[in-house]
Amino acid sequence: MGLTSKTIGATQVITVESDRIDAAMAIQFKEDMRRETETECDRVILDLAGVEFIDSSGLGAIVASMKQLGDGCRLDLSGLQPVVEKVFRLTRMDTVFKLFTTLDDALAETLD
Amino acid sequence: MTPIRNETCLELSFPATELEASAGIAQLSAGLSQQGLPDHMADDVKIALAEAINNVVEHAYEGIAPAKVQVTCRLERDRLDILISDTGNPMPGYQLPDGTPASVETDLQDLPEGGFGWFLINQLTSDICYERHQGCNRLSLRFDFERQP
Repeated sequence: MGLTSKTIGATQVITVESDRIDAAMAIQFKEDMRRETETECDRVILDLAGVEFIDSSGLGAIVASMKQLGDGCRLDLSGLQPVVEKVFRLTRMDTVFKLFTTLDDALAETLD
Repeated sequence: MTPIRNETCLELSFPATELEASAGIAQLSAGLSQQGLPDHMADDVKIALAEAINNVVEHAYEGIAPAKVQVTCRLERDRLDILISDTGNPMPGYQLPDGTPASVETDLQDLPEGGFGWFLINQLTSDICYERHQGCNRLSLRFDFERQP
């Protein structure tokens, strides 16, 4: 499905290259996330700027990815388009994840 | 600007597989926008439509050979009706699930990874109706909206 990854200090930035995370690709997404996050780090930012649609299976796959990371590593999300943000808000997952408007906003927080 | 007709119909039928559903949802969503579904409704409709169609793929045809999902959309000036039908297994108890999602106020490892589908459909539609008729599941979703000037 396509993820790209880069490391900035103790933060790993993973960019979703697919325009949707839905039922048809949820399992693949989970596997790809597991592979991308094998090395330990303090924080992962998942950049969703290119994602135009997510359904509850895609949402579940992101939750599962956070569980895979465990308690030692934070998973933050950035660049949510309105429809994606809406799915997080309606399911109250916006209270579970920290959502940033842009990747730059998310990266700025590590400087604090 | 495209003129809005009083009533517009859009129909699509596809095999009940995840990949076909994914393409079908995108196609229906684009088609509805072309036919004049207001932009402020597009996201709600797409989310609810995707959840309803995914339910058919995942549950109605669970354990049996997947046949087709038939979707008919009727767009009027201030409402959209979507009928989704399939020949899969009936809903448990021949009724709609109550759609209460698991709480997210829990430990990391206990967070729900699913069970949000019906909750989302309930939140985003004006009315939902389910009937089992001659071996078919018929799910009707209604969206009421106001035309923005």
